[in-house]
Amino acid sequence: MTPVISVTGLTRRYRDQVALDDVSVTIGAGSITGLLGRNGAGKTTLLRILAGQEFPSSGSVRIFGLPPAENESVLRRLVLVREDQTYPDINVRHALRAASWFHPNWDSALASSLLDDFGVRANKAVKNLSRGQRSALGITIGLAARAAVTLFDEPYAGLDAVARQIFYDRLLADYADFPRTVLLSTHLIDEAAALFENVVVIDRGRVVLDTAADGLRGMVTTVSGPVLAVDSFTEGRPVWERRTLGSQASVVTVGQVSCEDRERARSLGLDLTPLSLQQLVVRASGWSAGAGYLATRTSA
Amino acid sequence: MPEMAGLDEGGPLFAQVAERLAGEIADGGLAEGERVPSTNELAAFYRINPATAAKGINVLADDGLLEKRRGIGMFVATGARRRLLARRRAEFTERYLSPMLSEAARLGIDADELFALIKEAGHERGGVPV
Repeated sequence: MTPVISVTGLTRRYRDQVALDDVSVTIGAGSITGLLGRNGAGKTTLLRILAGQEFPSSGSVRIFGLPPAENESVLRRLVLVREDQTYPDINVRHALRAASWFHPNWDSALASSLLDDFGVRANKAVKNLSRGQRSALGITIGLAARAAVTLFDEPYAGLDAVARQIFYDRLLADYADFPRTVLLSTHLIDEAAALFENVVVIDRGRVVLDTAADGLRGMVTTVSGPVLAVDSFTEGRPVWERRTLGSQASVVTVGQVSCEDRERARSLGLDLTPLSLQQLVVRASGWSAGAGYLATRTSA
Repeated sequence: MPEMAGLDEGGPLFAQVAERLAGEIADGGLAEGERVPSTNELAAFYRINPATAAKGINVLADDGLLEKRRGIGMFVATGARRRLLARRRAEFTERYLSPMLSEAARLGIDADELFALIKEAGHERGGVPV
């Protein structure tokens, strides 16, 4: 994989707070990566630094091998759509025209058809748009820019489920025709999980998980049933969490479950429930040690 | 949770895509020699990353069940259906009989009773070769 984005030892300090702490990530050309983590984990800071809108305290950031800050040749090939993006006092059509001047691959037909899908009228003043419509405008610009590096930072404030599905579908469709490097930060992991080729999970400024998304599915399983049977089944397996209630136990365990395991669980009267990507990320965010373990297991 | 046309988060999506395609070939929905949906068609249909869809197709291609025709796409290979059916038959014991026997043992259903139940269920379905 050719790295388009390469971040090494990136630290960003604010006065009394470390927003990013020694972050290193490499992102290849033509991939959709989910940037996941709790609010305040450092996702926005990372995206803003990638877009050259903020500076690292230390460490290196390269896009196409070049530092992005104040670098026109990089920034013309990059778009960042922010949560609650603000616009000058203009109407939607003018906002799109301004974006088209900046982005060399701009597709105005795509922009109009996206606005149609989202039900946003081009002659409306941006300041009169609802919050969701403003998000729709941001998404429209982000997709129609067809930028080689496309960054979405929680782009859907105020968008309902239907509009968000439009976003996911249109992103996939346009990405299929015009592959590019997409980074999407979101807390709606369940919704967006299937879009991701890779996921990067940030917790308190540090990368706790950086791996192929599909490899995580089925990797963590909740085993529940009678205590003795659960403990016998999970013996020798790494355990993330163990809870008991009377004679019943529920244990979260890491590692693929084979056909023989399944058969054995059945004969022991145990239930096996795989964790979804969302449940997994929630746990990884709260427990760096566990996530580190998982990362070493899935990268093998 | 978005609808992924029947896929779930329980295991790798690429494997589920491969299984779906294999199932369609085995059931005759995709005939031998027929073109298989492209990576992008699958990605759009299942609402998944195209790389994931491509990986699913590659599982079957590596297995010789699909063959690539340069510039046109992937096609169901000759003999694919026969091979898939043979494989399913080989897995029948593990997938269906073993779990049934475990449950029967747990419930204290003996062999005679089990045969009787199978026959009965077969009749209800309008006749199964028992």
